[in-house]
Amino acid sequence: MLEPDPLDRRIINALQGGFPLCEEPYRAVAEGLGIDEAQLIARLQRMLDARVLTRFGPMFQIEAIGGAFVLAALAVPEERFDEVAGLVNALPEVAHNYRREHALNMWFVLATETVGGIAQAIAAIEELTGLTVVAFPKEREYFVEMKLAA
Amino acid sequence: MTPDDVDRRLILATQAGLPLVPRPYDALAAQLGVASDEVRHRLAAMLDSGVIRRIGAVPNHYALGYTANGMSVWDVVDSQVDDLGERVGALDFVTHCYRRPRRAPLWPYNLFAMVHGKSRDEVHDKVRQIAALLGDVCRARDLLFSTRILKKSGLRISA
Repeated sequence: MLEPDPLDRRIINALQGGFPLCEEPYRAVAEGLGIDEAQLIARLQRMLDARVLTRFGPMFQIEAIGGAFVLAALAVPEERFDEVAGLVNALPEVAHNYRREHALNMWFVLATETVGGIAQAIAAIEELTGLTVVAFPKEREYFVEMKLAA
Repeated sequence: MTPDDVDRRLILATQAGLPLVPRPYDALAAQLGVASDEVRHRLAAMLDSGVIRRIGAVPNHYALGYTANGMSVWDVVDSQVDDLGERVGALDFVTHCYRRPRRAPLWPYNLFAMVHGKSRDEVHDKVRQIAALLGDVCRARDLLFSTRILKKSGLRISA
């Protein structure tokens, strides 16, 4: 994996939010960083290609457009772990999936365009795996922000 | 709010990312067949209404050296969880903080705070700071490290 150099890190820190809505936003950001626009664009492209950045653009809040995000977990028997991961990951509604150290050892986020899509996705996972999905819909959001220094 | 057709097409056109060209909003306008000003006004309106949280870069935590990812979970007295959740969420090392339902008996925790660090020791140290903040209104806690990313594709809506 590409190791981000000091300029890459300055670019990442400068672009964690507030990308300008002016006609030439890359030029405006580049001026703030003391580099030129072409250099900024090339660095962004390289970091996206190398997966140092997973994306660059607007972060949409799916709930604001009628959709839903729900965290859910499964307690998967160890000997079935890879098989179940394959079944769960194959569903397009599964946006992220992590293995974690707990009896509930598979934690994933369901993202659907409608609120009703969550129940359908949960039913599909239960049908495919024969396991019970434990859903943790958020009841309140205190903070969601990327604020890790690069 | 419900996005109208142009907003929806703008979301579809940008969900994979903003064009990496000197005039990205002009490029989107040409793609959508609308005026360039309109793209910028619509993005501004979606930022104001919360449909867009922010426009920016999403770094891969691992590439930045944040290889330890801990989901800290806490059983906090209901009457105080909202007040304390705000304070935990304000800590600079907490990237996400939510109240979620308990699932007794397996899962007594109602407050979730994601903590990233460059080592497990660093995450443990940060989690101790959360424990200190919560004090004795927290009755039980756990810390679930991720040991493998099984999938990470993000949200995609379809056309």
